[in-house]
Amino acid sequence: MSHKTDVVIIGAGPVGLFAVFELGLLNLNCHLIDNLDKIGGQCAELYPEKPIYDIPAYPKINAQELVDNLIKQAKPFDPTFHLNQQADSIKKMDDEWKITTSNQTIINAKCIVIAAGAGSFVPRRPTIENIELFENTSVFYSIKNKVKFRNKKILIAGGGDSALDWAIDLASIADVTLMHRRKEFRASPDSVSKMLELEKNKKIDFVLGQLSALLGDEKNLKEVQYKHEDNEYSMEVDYLLPFFGLKMELGPIAGWGLNLHENLIAVDTEKFETSVPRIFAIGDINTYPGKLKLILSGFHESALMAQKCFAYCYPEKKNVFRYSTSSKDLHKKLGV
Amino acid sequence: MGIIKVKDRQDKFHQLDAEHGSTIMEIIRDAGLDIEAACGGCCACATCHVYISSEWVKKLKQIDDDEESMLDQAFHVTNNSRLGCQLEYSEDLDGMELTLAPE
Repeated sequence: MSHKTDVVIIGAGPVGLFAVFELGLLNLNCHLIDNLDKIGGQCAELYPEKPIYDIPAYPKINAQELVDNLIKQAKPFDPTFHLNQQADSIKKMDDEWKITTSNQTIINAKCIVIAAGAGSFVPRRPTIENIELFENTSVFYSIKNKVKFRNKKILIAGGGDSALDWAIDLASIADVTLMHRRKEFRASPDSVSKMLELEKNKKIDFVLGQLSALLGDEKNLKEVQYKHEDNEYSMEVDYLLPFFGLKMELGPIAGWGLNLHENLIAVDTEKFETSVPRIFAIGDINTYPGKLKLILSGFHESALMAQKCFAYCYPEKKNVFRYSTSSKDLHKKLGV
Repeated sequence: MGIIKVKDRQDKFHQLDAEHGSTIMEIIRDAGLDIEAACGGCCACATCHVYISSEWVKKLKQIDDDEESMLDQAFHVTNNSRLGCQLEYSEDLDGMELTLAPE
């Protein structure tokens, strides 16, 4: 799939969403790329129900509500979202960038805005020696095709929604054991009762424990050792599916040749541009003297970044500064 | 002002100044030790997982449901496991010893 747009925004969190609005006011179209399956970044993934108290004009707003409002605010500018994929590589083509995602989506854009927060969300990998040897043959953090699990001995580790949902799903085709450190689950009540029902009917085995070692030959896992309250146990398995939530890492962006300071992207404070022209960084991912990692800082950075993007996208045009309260032109764009 | 003693992942001890009102995570992070604290301290990840030395565990406030649930995303959890962001330093914790959990 190939697309063309003015600006590609990497990260669909609150700051990326507000950037769509600020760029939209200047007639710039945006595509957004995010590794999550939903819009909203950390606000939607980590703490949707938690209140935020330092958004201007909102004495209190829940993180998901903030995201929903930002989506609504950006809607007149009709952004295109490419979810479930990571921005993998970029290539300079004359006065454009060609961005390729992990799903092989290709987007040509005049500017890139990195609004990636603390990085992209990737599965949290258990801290067990040698686990990487078995990854993608016997150890999987996500499931694309479940046929290979048919009639196999599967160990699912974790106590959240993903662990329970997959345990329930795979119980009908495989020999499933669910392992968790306690018999309480941080998952939807419906999934918990389904799982307990399947356990009662001996369709799922449940064991208390935490992974401690993996044994196998070459890439094929044979045995998992685990601990519970200082006792050690082991079991034979064909596949291990660990579900311990997500973590954030900078990922491929680290290799794009931008000046970095301790995994943050250095920018100026006039345009929030990186050391590479036409690539900007806004929000928690950037750093400059006095930087505060606040959503409101990211909003400010969006507005200033948009001015420079406009200059890159329309070098021949003069940008007339207008207020949204009074400008008929802006009202037209906003559809009000 | 008091101190806490933190053992890092290379088994090296660090004596850190601790001020009333800061969380254990903040004290460790602001001293520049390697603690990820991805969510910034709102009990929404488990990347400030620490082991409190046994004699100090009982002096801490009880673990609540939120913290216990987040520990489900940590590895090698023990009875001494806590999330640093949920522990506020106060004078009665002066001298507390703890260890950073493996990454």
